[in-house]
Amino acid sequence: MNFLALFDLSVLDSTVRLATPLLLACLAGLFSERGGIFDIGLEGKMLAAAFFSAALAAMTGNVWIGLLAGIGASLMLSAVHGLASITFRGNQLISGVAINFLAAGMTVLIAQDWFRQGGRTPSLIGGGRFEPITLPFAETLSTVPFFGPIYAELISGHSILVYVALLCVPGTWYILFRTRFGLRLRAVGENPAAVDTAGVSVIGLRFAAVGICGILCGIAGAYLATGLQAGFVKDMTAGRGFIALAALIFAKWRPWHALWATLLFGYLQAIALRPDIIEGALGFKVQVQLLDALPYILTVVILAGFVGKAIPPRAGGEPYVKER
Amino acid sequence: MDVMPKWAEVILVPLISLILAAILSALVILAIGEDPVAAVNLMVTGALGSTYGWGYTLYYATNFMFTGLAVSVAFHAGLFNIGGEGQAMLGGLGVALVLLFIPWPHWTVALLAATAGAAVFGALWAAIPAYLQAKRGSHIVITTIMFNFIAAAVLNYMLVNQLRPAGSMDPATARFAETVHLPNLHELLAPFGIAFSKAAPANVSLLIALIACVLVWLLIWRTPLGLEIRSYGKSQRAARYAGIGAVRITMIAMLISGALAGMMAINNVMGEAERLVLNAVEGAGFIGIAVALMGRSHPFGVFLAAILFGFLYQGGAELALWTTIPRELIVVIQALVILFTGALDNMVRMPLERIFLAVRRGGAA
Repeated sequence: MNFLALFDLSVLDSTVRLATPLLLACLAGLFSERGGIFDIGLEGKMLAAAFFSAALAAMTGNVWIGLLAGIGASLMLSAVHGLASITFRGNQLISGVAINFLAAGMTVLIAQDWFRQGGRTPSLIGGGRFEPITLPFAETLSTVPFFGPIYAELISGHSILVYVALLCVPGTWYILFRTRFGLRLRAVGENPAAVDTAGVSVIGLRFAAVGICGILCGIAGAYLATGLQAGFVKDMTAGRGFIALAALIFAKWRPWHALWATLLFGYLQAIALRPDIIEGALGFKVQVQLLDALPYILTVVILAGFVGKAIPPRAGGEPYVKER
Repeated sequence: MDVMPKWAEVILVPLISLILAAILSALVILAIGEDPVAAVNLMVTGALGSTYGWGYTLYYATNFMFTGLAVSVAFHAGLFNIGGEGQAMLGGLGVALVLLFIPWPHWTVALLAATAGAAVFGALWAAIPAYLQAKRGSHIVITTIMFNFIAAAVLNYMLVNQLRPAGSMDPATARFAETVHLPNLHELLAPFGIAFSKAAPANVSLLIALIACVLVWLLIWRTPLGLEIRSYGKSQRAARYAGIGAVRITMIAMLISGALAGMMAINNVMGEAERLVLNAVEGAGFIGIAVALMGRSHPFGVFLAAILFGFLYQGGAELALWTTIPRELIVVIQALVILFTGALDNMVRMPLERIFLAVRRGGAA
């Protein structure tokens, strides 16, 4: 038995890549839920963004136009969610479910209409994808023992969106805890009546939260289709939006913890792709179905509160009614 | 005082939501370059124009009645069960185990046993999220979604590694015995001299679904337990004050909900496929959400909404066959129905309330 093999550099490398969409979606949910709007439509927004980014990238050959299209599609769905849950004070969970189905259906419908390839986009090549970036001195430093390979393989060589996602973590922390907007956003998720009394628009703040959530989900989806993979396939988000929500609860709605939580889930997804490594490390074969289900099982265990109690923002999920 | 009369609440609001969803769906069909009128014609002839079409419509409707009732019962307790899909998968496993390993002399006893098996497996799959919600406060929406994914993995393991007959490449169980074949509508209606398509899959489980509708109505509106469930759903604090245990109601409502979702398997696994295949549920668990919302969580509403979605499902299959419109159109329609009847309810309701208020004021003056 060799447990260290479980942390093979190639596994850790794909951990970073698989954790990226989870991290972006998790931070997206963080903004939304800190603002008091539950969002189980992260999945649908990522899916829509994945399709439109891949579609536009395939048509124009420019991945940046694809990224913008993905963010735009995600923002459209955010607007629907905001309209339903803020303006019309509807049930936020039901709205999220509707958005997930809307994205699942529309992406295949439009993909079939545009490309006629059975609900997928053509494979992206060249400028249609986010190519890996080699960080400076990665080549020269790779000979340095231990740290060299880590720098060259683990830290360097990802697409730009991976670094964007990582930078979003301190960015989110700064916005939430060091700016006036962040203070108000957190307040609106805890006690909207107080924010209203102070003369700040609850509706405006909540729409801002939902909008930021849309942008981050858009980047997450675009990364899925143009960075992690080369094109869109039906239902390619595969529950990532829900795993991101679980990571958010695990992280107790805090940005740095969100990073660690999504890295853990990313690691589970990465190791599930390498049954050979698991068998080599543990000395016995683990059922593939168990490996596939592991992130979801871990989510349930986390939700059950066996790893500490998570207290959501107090006004989360409740529409704000002024005259009460 | 209610602003709107009862008939407007029960009929007008869902109807307007449905019309809005239909208009948007028509726009979607237009946008992909097809003719919405021709599409509707094709759907109507395909789903309702022959006993064959009706047989499929009613077959799908049977599935949706079970899953719609499942979501409704949970709704009454203020719980949102998105796990119908996984519970129906496990229900299928229950049916398969009951039918594969016990030699049943006649389909009637087999149907009773299979129904019990499906209900128990579905209920057990709902029990864990219910317990975690009641005791540990983990959000039932997310846990039931997770259990859908876990159910898919369990089913995959059981079919690929355990139940697959030796030498078969197909991840499915062996065929059930000939004796447990459920009579379809053709066989049921023939003694009455009514000719019904032989090939259509609608079968005797339709009757069980109708009985389930009546039983759920009795349970929710005519028993003390139903009153407790509804009180708990309306106001948890008031219910607790009235001595209604939160853990007990959460568990009971979810067990019934899971059992109903699981019972869908007597229709699709025992009645239609006559073996358990990997994607037997085909999203029916999720359609139950739309059916319950559309039917306002009332068994009669669920019955009507299930028939409507049965029609849409069969009509959608015909569309996919004869036009370039893929089957996913039905997912879009389903999403729009959930959006308008569920989340954007107030968008329809607010202007209507204003109209009714204005009319009433005009009448009083």
